[in-house]
Amino acid sequence: MKIYETVIGLEVHVELATKSKIFCRCSTAFGAKPNTQICPVCAGLPGALPVLNRQVVEDALAVGLAMHCEISEVSRFDRKNYFYPDNPQNYQISQLYAPLCRNGFVEIETTAGRKRIGIHEIHMEDDAGKHLHDPASGLTLVDYNRSGVPLIEIVTEPDFANADEVVAFLEQLRLMVRYLGVSDGKMQEGSMRADVNLSVREAGCEVLGTRTEMKNMNSFAAIRRAVTAEAARQIAILEQGDVVVQESRRWDEDTGTSYSMRSKEDAQDYRYFPEPDLPPIVVSEEWKARVRAALPEFREEKRARYLKEYEIPAYDIEILTGSKKLADLFEEASALCGQPKKVSNWLMGETMHLLSERGLDADDLTFSANHLADLIGLIDRGEIGQTVAKQIFLRIFKEDVDPVAVVRAEGLATVRDADKLNEVVETILHSNPKSVQDYLKGKTKAIGYLVGQAMREMKGQADPNVIREMLKERLEEERE
Amino acid sequence: MEKLFQDALALSAAVRGGEVSVTEVVEACLSRIEKSEPALHGFITVDAEGALSQAKEMQKKISSGEMRGPLAGVPIAVKDNISTWGLRTTCASRMLADYVPVYDATAVAKLRDAGMIVIGKTNLDEFAMGSTTETSFFGVMKNPWDLSRVPGGSSGGSCASVAAGEVPLALGTDTGGSIRQPSAFCGVVGLKPTYGTVSRSGLIAYASSMDHIGTIAGSVRECAALLDVIAGKDEKDSTAAERCKQSKQGNAYTDHTDNTTFLSSTSQTDLQGMKIGVPQQYLSTDVNPQVKDAVLAAAGALTYAGAEVEMFDLPMTDEAIAAYYVIACAEASANLARFDGVKYGHRAASYQDLHEMVRRSRSEGFGAEVKQRILLGTYVLRAGFYEDYYLKAQLAKEQIAKAFAEAFERYDVILTPTAPTTAPKLGESLADPLAMYLGDVDTVAVNLAGLPAISVPCGLDSQGLPIGLQIIGNHFREDQILRVASAYEAIRGEFMSPCDTAEERPS
Repeated sequence: MKIYETVIGLEVHVELATKSKIFCRCSTAFGAKPNTQICPVCAGLPGALPVLNRQVVEDALAVGLAMHCEISEVSRFDRKNYFYPDNPQNYQISQLYAPLCRNGFVEIETTAGRKRIGIHEIHMEDDAGKHLHDPASGLTLVDYNRSGVPLIEIVTEPDFANADEVVAFLEQLRLMVRYLGVSDGKMQEGSMRADVNLSVREAGCEVLGTRTEMKNMNSFAAIRRAVTAEAARQIAILEQGDVVVQESRRWDEDTGTSYSMRSKEDAQDYRYFPEPDLPPIVVSEEWKARVRAALPEFREEKRARYLKEYEIPAYDIEILTGSKKLADLFEEASALCGQPKKVSNWLMGETMHLLSERGLDADDLTFSANHLADLIGLIDRGEIGQTVAKQIFLRIFKEDVDPVAVVRAEGLATVRDADKLNEVVETILHSNPKSVQDYLKGKTKAIGYLVGQAMREMKGQADPNVIREMLKERLEEERE
Repeated sequence: MEKLFQDALALSAAVRGGEVSVTEVVEACLSRIEKSEPALHGFITVDAEGALSQAKEMQKKISSGEMRGPLAGVPIAVKDNISTWGLRTTCASRMLADYVPVYDATAVAKLRDAGMIVIGKTNLDEFAMGSTTETSFFGVMKNPWDLSRVPGGSSGGSCASVAAGEVPLALGTDTGGSIRQPSAFCGVVGLKPTYGTVSRSGLIAYASSMDHIGTIAGSVRECAALLDVIAGKDEKDSTAAERCKQSKQGNAYTDHTDNTTFLSSTSQTDLQGMKIGVPQQYLSTDVNPQVKDAVLAAAGALTYAGAEVEMFDLPMTDEAIAAYYVIACAEASANLARFDGVKYGHRAASYQDLHEMVRRSRSEGFGAEVKQRILLGTYVLRAGFYEDYYLKAQLAKEQIAKAFAEAFERYDVILTPTAPTTAPKLGESLADPLAMYLGDVDTVAVNLAGLPAISVPCGLDSQGLPIGLQIIGNHFREDQILRVASAYEAIRGEFMSPCDTAEERPS
């Protein structure tokens, strides 16, 4: 068998998280009843005209600048013509001849090292509606709520050589759009969709092989499998002396195989031409500069700064910067309480544990940094112990409660009153004669159980070290 | 009553002065429509009930002094490709025979805000594609001057209903001459403003980059007053907003400010210092000699008002028709794609699958002329041909605009015939579609360049058919063409109306 290399390019659609649609004021909120978020524009009624949502340009610009693209001073929309009922006008408003962003790049990192991936272009367009197949009536119905939701399409150069690189790029893209706050980047919910263009050729060959386009992968894992399977399929074809057919293929995640959707011969002619209803988009230097200035600190820079500024392990930095939400919480809480290591521990430990228990990810966190900082302050000052702290943190996590107020209102502060503690110690010794006997016989470990019982009696509102000392003192007295 | 219809401004003054009620005016209109419609067929829908209830409501607002605009209480006809909320809007097509819009076009909303009464929807060529109003699904209509002739098109219904005295005012649309040419054929005044002056929101698109809404009336003054009502930026049409902004920044002229109305431009009939150019290409041998004579006579008359008139050379005239049909059909092929039987409009009664449903619905719903233009547009946009057709046409469009721009460095307005002939006989044009397309020679270049132009009657030919004079202005210089047009009107004197003779004319 010959040695082959794989050449991959991506076309990634990212749904932008603007409040209203790209060409009208309808809401983009997900999950509403069918056709309740539509108007003459996004339902394609006769005579209705598109009006561009400025925020869409702003978001697309931010992505373009983050990907080091050249920004077109004048860009235009074009009509892409095709008949399909989910597309109410039977043309999509996209950008072909003069896209907003061109010639950018992104640096990715895999176990094989760093690599630069070229960005061919980024353009804006509107999403289509959705077909709903009603099994009861046998009818196909159309819901136009999604019609007009803004998308950007990121077209890369054919710079990927394997699935690792593809997934590294997509993970980084997802992180980037989340850092920018322009999209949630969730593949499972369709807010990020990637088509994979793949061809293989003999190693060292200059000419590209015939490529196929793979669609319908709904997760990074699916993309990884699809890339590997398609490369293998094409190599097998070449090895048999056959030729690869240029076509679109649909990935079936259940079977782990793909099948042909349409060949080049059936490829649609979209008859693109400039959209006459929308004037050209003019991006001034000033506008560009403003968007550039507002770009957040991305993961790369954050990692480097954390390493310098905070004394926390590299592993923590990796996790914390993996989400803008988490990084923001960390920085803010650290600044407030001056204890980055402790903040990191709460985020890495308890927070992650609660998230994974609930199947959520860090971007779903809703609590405020100052409440975490206050909680750490309460512990530092000895006002509450670990047990109480954990209970309160759960409520911070769930309802963003103010820990200081909770401790005060519910009397959760650690008890220091000697009489009260003596009373509890006496009760515990009295009601656990077995453990007392064990201790006296030399099983000193039995004291741990007694401390636990006392802490329980105190509902955690005691300092276990104080309790331990008091118990020890009493037990030694007992021995004498 | 009928005398009041001579002038919509006087009619509104009478209504506001309490001399006549809005209901009386509307009833008079309706009875006139009832009388002439069987022969004319200018309307697709007459909304008698709606008009009478609007009349009642408007009377209250006028009586209370809340509504006091110069056209308050005046009935108006609206071309049936402009959306009217709750009133079917058919585009004269089987495709939209039962389509009832859920919103008003911005121009219609402005009519209502100005206290005007929408009395009905006028006939047109299907989807405004034609020059005769013969391609209407709802039947052929006639020219009130001669019932054996076409009224012109595509705004034939709007122009003929004004000419026949059915309504004092009408809205039309103009993509390649569709207001001006039927205005010429019907002996009324038709104004197509600069692209961007009137919002296209609610106008069912034929060719978006050249579609305009404009005004039709018996006089220049009325056309101007109606344009005052419907003009203005619109947040629902970004081409309207953008063009107006450009004009403010780029306009070298200072005398047209936001405070002056179009109506006020018509009161200035002295043309001292004004330079008028007559392009000789528009008076070539293809032009009917009687039309040519009438236009030259009008040009001569304007010198009496103080204007300086000269012939000049306007290049790129011949390329205009080809460029126009390539761009218009390309845009139409996409604009009309939404009519697929899925959401609204005609759906075939039986079909096997989705594709057959769309195919049959469109085959049944569209007439021959519409199909021809969709096919033409689809053809010129297909892969590998875009550069040969669409891009070349765009280039020609730019050169045409440049030729006009250069002309406007020398002249304030340009004078041409509105059409090379007077109204042809029914059936004549569709038999020779290429000749019909060529009949648009005087008007299409103006749409390609997005310039304002007005057609004013300038005489009758030997058969007693009206001839139109076209006055073209620079971008956003409606004030100039209105000034020249009303100066001409003053010199010409009152123009005959076909209804003066309608009773005697054998039909």
